[in-house]
Amino acid sequence: MLDSGSGHARSGAALLQTIGLTKRYGSFLANDAIDIAIRPQEIHALLGENGAGKSTLVKTIYGLIQPSEGDMLWQGEKMVLAGPHDARARGIGMVFQHFSLFDNLTVAENVALGLDGKESFKAMSARLEQVSQQYGLPLDPKREVWQLSVGERQRIEIVRVLMQNPKFLILDEPTAVLTPQEADQLFVVLERLKSEGRAILYISHKLDEVKRLCDTATILRGGKKISTCLPREETAASLARMMVGTEIKQVKAAAHRQTTVPRLVVNDLSLAPDEPHGVHLKNISLELKGGEILGIAGVAGNGQDEFFAALSGERLAKDPGTIVIDGHAAGHLSITARRKLGAAFVPEERLGHGTAPRMRLSENALLTGHAASGMVHNGFINTAATLATVDRATESFDVRKAKRDPEAASLSGGNLQKFIVGREILRNPIVLVVSQPTWGVDAGAAAVIRQALLDLAAAGAAILVTSQDLDELAEIADRIAVMFHGHLSEPLMTADADRETLGLLMGGSALTPKDVPDAVGA
Amino acid sequence: MQLVLEKRAERSTVIALVSPVIAIGLTIVTMSILFVIIGKNPIAALNVYFITPLTDAYSLQELAVKAAPLVMIAIGLSLCYLANVWNIGAEGQFLVGAVAGSWLAVKTHGTDAGAWVLPAMMLLGAMAGALYALIPAFCKVRFGASEILVSLMLVYVADLLLDYLVRGPWRDPAGFNFPTTAEFDPVATVPLLFEGGRLHLGAAIALVIVIGAAVLLGRTIKGFEIRVVGAAPRAARFGGFSSNQLVLLTFAISGALAGLAGIIEVAGPVGHLQPGISPGYGFTAIIVAFLGRLNPVGILIAGLFLALTFIGGEQAQIAMKIPLDITKVFQGILLFYVLACDSLILYRIKLIMPQRKVADGAT
Repeated sequence: MLDSGSGHARSGAALLQTIGLTKRYGSFLANDAIDIAIRPQEIHALLGENGAGKSTLVKTIYGLIQPSEGDMLWQGEKMVLAGPHDARARGIGMVFQHFSLFDNLTVAENVALGLDGKESFKAMSARLEQVSQQYGLPLDPKREVWQLSVGERQRIEIVRVLMQNPKFLILDEPTAVLTPQEADQLFVVLERLKSEGRAILYISHKLDEVKRLCDTATILRGGKKISTCLPREETAASLARMMVGTEIKQVKAAAHRQTTVPRLVVNDLSLAPDEPHGVHLKNISLELKGGEILGIAGVAGNGQDEFFAALSGERLAKDPGTIVIDGHAAGHLSITARRKLGAAFVPEERLGHGTAPRMRLSENALLTGHAASGMVHNGFINTAATLATVDRATESFDVRKAKRDPEAASLSGGNLQKFIVGREILRNPIVLVVSQPTWGVDAGAAAVIRQALLDLAAAGAAILVTSQDLDELAEIADRIAVMFHGHLSEPLMTADADRETLGLLMGGSALTPKDVPDAVGA
Repeated sequence: MQLVLEKRAERSTVIALVSPVIAIGLTIVTMSILFVIIGKNPIAALNVYFITPLTDAYSLQELAVKAAPLVMIAIGLSLCYLANVWNIGAEGQFLVGAVAGSWLAVKTHGTDAGAWVLPAMMLLGAMAGALYALIPAFCKVRFGASEILVSLMLVYVADLLLDYLVRGPWRDPAGFNFPTTAEFDPVATVPLLFEGGRLHLGAAIALVIVIGAAVLLGRTIKGFEIRVVGAAPRAARFGGFSSNQLVLLTFAISGALAGLAGIIEVAGPVGHLQPGISPGYGFTAIIVAFLGRLNPVGILIAGLFLALTFIGGEQAQIAMKIPLDITKVFQGILLFYVLACDSLILYRIKLIMPQRKVADGAT
């Protein structure tokens, strides 16, 4: 099972092979002597946690990064890439996780910008339509990108790569932004590409997907290759063990949680966007009691950011009564005033929103703590109190850092997130609004954070969690609602919220008639 | 071979301290080349610029006198720049402060006004500077106008206003038609710190302002607010800090300090209002602020250094016939190097040998 080179599923010459591929940044080894072989007609999974070295490896293969040592063989011959154009010329294509599309340009214009060829715009548009039809990825070349759903935007990226007729395709976490149904459609396309003889390198950390789709899997951890295996012969648990290196601690909810009075109430909140292409929040209502965790699912960009800003007070509502925190009308209150009412907030973006990256942790403790934590006396900062908060968060949440009070940007994603969540929880909030609590966080830190949320709810706080990770919501939420085009669905009890139902809600197709949005997107 | 800037995990505190020194070193090298080009002995020129002024008591006092307005203005500007707000018009605020304070001196001239005149003049100067600086701040907050352009343009308005007043309504009747007000009365003049010296109360005020700014930035929540709004605006909003309010506040403070420096300059070393009261203090203070790393103590040191270039420039003109404009060239080159060296705080320079050769050597 744990071989390193011999006994692959398929025999035959590799399309692409790396031998001892190493990438060094200073003394840090991002990739340490990686051997990997990908054959034609193979979907090869690249598995690993954040920071395992997956991105570095594929960027090297795509010519974006020069390796420090080691070789790449392309169809048996040594390959040195001067840049991505070199890779594309050989037939290597890549679909990035973060789209590089211009919102105000049409589909065809965006594709034209990414192509190296010299064909006319008209011929290119025709070919775009033909390729998209051929692979069941329907696209209207004349539509502007801002009108499209995330799934459609991804189709542009895929079609753009397919138009170069690649032999080898790299996909970086393609399902991260898709509904379960959209993901299924994508898998059909990938199977088809495979049957045409193309090879696919598929980056993911979703084990079920990998087991379903991939023929071979290579697991990276800490920059090293741990193993190459056949995912269909493994269990999700054995794959996870190879990825993480240890068993993941299961989070435990308190046996019986008392729900108390309503702590957070939203009454018919509507809010126009403050920037072009923002999402209009429409008639959102919810009631959240103490001791309860409400999950908000949905594909990114359906109003979650706008809803967070409205709840936190970064944007104010016109009518004070639309947001009620612990019995106080708060729609008109600033974020500081809401914190004084006992609310706490954890935004999605850790660096630049949740923290000031180039400031020390103690200063970042002050950032949200100045409102109500005895950190400020008569306008003067109590440095001892801010440092004490850092120490307490470090201890309670196992924040690993090089020194007592480093800059926020120097922490790893998981440790910074633990600090941010810890900073807010240590204030003993009665309402916690948290967005993507474990996004891009390693499995160990994710378990710590989820457990902390469960414990806080057990202590009587009301918690609103926005997440794109349905498994996470299933694990910690009591009820789950879905956000789509600025509408919020009725919450379902978590037990009733199977993937199918949530997926339909996330795609907007299971809304009651009164909720049907005014035809934007698909 | 290739030079690469590699991002550091943390900002380097060592480089933050060393970078202004590197910048000064590079400036001196560049200036030496320039001196050679215009046919002057670089060693002698640098000696006149930087060493001679430090060798007698009079020059040393003069150094503090010139540094005082630079430091005062630069402290105010540093608050703006830390908050990512760009006040480029300190020169105008300096002049308006000088004009407003002088108004009282002109009005009370020859009367029996008491010791309240000078404090009142300073207050007027600071208030006028603050109000004048609030014009670009308000335009930015209310209309989204670029504060850089508006504040810069207002420099010329202030300059011409001063010119008009000293040539017109405020001209000294006994002044042989020179464009100047009458010499201020003793109660309207900044007192000297030592009898017979040059050093005046303004230098002491500048020191107090340095200490005040250090406390504000290092110890108070307002100072933290200024720093966080500049460093991470979105995080600042999440923290509950309003950037618009800070635009107004930092502009008002920097305008007040520039205005105060203006009236102290007029009521001190100059003694009357006339055109050309500033050799560009408001602009040079921008260099002082950055050379001092936007840090109050750093600004104090940088202010003394740039004051040295003013005095050295004058002496070089007298002793070696080096044009006075060389001083401005010098200051410009210095700002260029200071900003360039700043990137070393966040990045380190790495020399990279060609990849292919290494790979070939290995196989």
